[in-house]
Amino acid sequence: MTARSEANLAARGYTFSELMVAAAAREIGDGELVFVGMRLPMLAFLVARRTHAPGAVGLFENGVIRETPATELLYTMGDSANLRGATQCGEMTSVMGLLQQGRVDAGFLGAAEVDRFGNLNTTWGYRNKETQRLPGSGGACDIACLARRTVVMLVHDRGRLCDRVGHITSPGFGTGNGWRRAQGLPQASGPSAIITTLGVLRFGHDGEAYLASVHPGVSVEEVLANTGWTLRVADELVETPAPTDIELRVTRELDPHHFWTR
Amino acid sequence: MATESKLMTMREAISRHLPSGSMVLLGAQLEQMIPFAAGHEMIRQSRRDLTLVGPISDILFDQMIGAGCVSRVMAAWIGNVSAGVGYCFRRAVERNVPRRLDVVDYSNFTMAMALHAGALGVPFLPTYATLGSDLLKKNGNLREFSSPVSEEKLVAVRALRPDVAILHVQRSDAQGNAHIWGSLGVAVDGARAARKIILVAEEIVGPEVIASDPNRTLVPGFLVAGVVHEPGGAHPSPVQGYYGRDHAFFSQYHEQTRRLEDFEDWLAHWVVHVTDRQEYWKQLGAGRVESLAVKQHAYSAPADFGY
Repeated sequence: MTARSEANLAARGYTFSELMVAAAAREIGDGELVFVGMRLPMLAFLVARRTHAPGAVGLFENGVIRETPATELLYTMGDSANLRGATQCGEMTSVMGLLQQGRVDAGFLGAAEVDRFGNLNTTWGYRNKETQRLPGSGGACDIACLARRTVVMLVHDRGRLCDRVGHITSPGFGTGNGWRRAQGLPQASGPSAIITTLGVLRFGHDGEAYLASVHPGVSVEEVLANTGWTLRVADELVETPAPTDIELRVTRELDPHHFWTR
Repeated sequence: MATESKLMTMREAISRHLPSGSMVLLGAQLEQMIPFAAGHEMIRQSRRDLTLVGPISDILFDQMIGAGCVSRVMAAWIGNVSAGVGYCFRRAVERNVPRRLDVVDYSNFTMAMALHAGALGVPFLPTYATLGSDLLKKNGNLREFSSPVSEEKLVAVRALRPDVAILHVQRSDAQGNAHIWGSLGVAVDGARAARKIILVAEEIVGPEVIASDPNRTLVPGFLVAGVVHEPGGAHPSPVQGYYGRDHAFFSQYHEQTRRLEDFEDWLAHWVVHVTDRQEYWKQLGAGRVESLAVKQHAYSAPADFGY
């Protein structure tokens, strides 16, 4: 746990990661099909299921479909606990087929870099003036291309939220409005939110991200200073609602030692 | 012919069926049932210039790259799923250590499509995935084209036919008819796309066990070149109904391979100086093996094939 998130936990009763989990959970509607992924999005899916979205269905790239979430902390989507009691243990092409048909409502992604148009890079890192090779797409590019909505989660700093990503592993709105259609991507698809450690960004009709809410205790100036482009701010900027007791309780039941929610 | 046993040791399977220069599919079930024992034997037999194919394969790809066995990797994700990056992969790409590595980046779906095309015997299959991405620009096996039946752009994913697919399975008979359950990933497509299959089985059973539940037979024996009975062969990845994922092993690998000299020690300790899987299992220790064992069985209801 970082010093800052420890201070946050002491002062407010939750960590930034726990706030991000709650914010992400609220992006999932009841009855929706969701490509879950791992780490914070996995927790968000479980929180959504236990609160406002009991009918959400989780899809995993390894072919697993779950209507009842696993009840213990998962390190990977292939953990034994994610397979026992699943609705289906199928093939990758069958879940990816649902995605390509446009039947998957939302997908969650992490990234090393995201830019003002929501393009993601998980292939190359540029830290300390060194170029680092990162693991790559996994299923992220597929989800970014094909899910009806994509929600991105990452730590908020100038390096990660940059003007233009160095490599488009997973396309957002490219260079702005009309770009996705010109590429041939499905009409109903694209990024809908970026949930960071400081706030939540959403996208205007021009495909550019704007600050829609700031987390409790965070100033707009702090967000702007930590963003690598001149970030627009919503006229009706709000404060991200703090996690509720039940959201926190579920998150901690599943991650009692803060393995993912540091 | 039909009843000829294909049982062999891991040493024999790799020695006979997996020469240097092969294109080999590993980790078809993603985080489940990764054939680590087979990968380690390839390292011990000093295979070189391999092309590794797979969606993710967790830390097995990293180990084989670090050991110098690999000249090319075609994958969607190369690293350590629960711990982060793979340091051997990074050293190879960033500094050509221990040798230059050619990386062909796929997404999971396009990897699955490439193997599906191989399994169907067609040169490519179309998808919308990767449109607009730099994967499409840089991977020559992904080509944009105009749909002949609609006014749309699509990506043609070139078929892949690996020389060998190595699949870890729960149980197989001696002829290679095998049952797999759990997450299937690209196992079914991968098995059919490959020119040869080596199975690594937790248990060898009679053909009547396989025939009792033919929906679970995901690999028919006539496609299989060799069957290796190697309990524990997927550790530290999980095998549903046999053992869980050894999360600590992945974290320890992450810590113990950050520096090149530490990776070399790791490789000597866990692979090079280990004769076979029995010895590896002993080295792991009874306590650890016990901690990964199934704590609560959860058998499926039997399906009635009677008539």
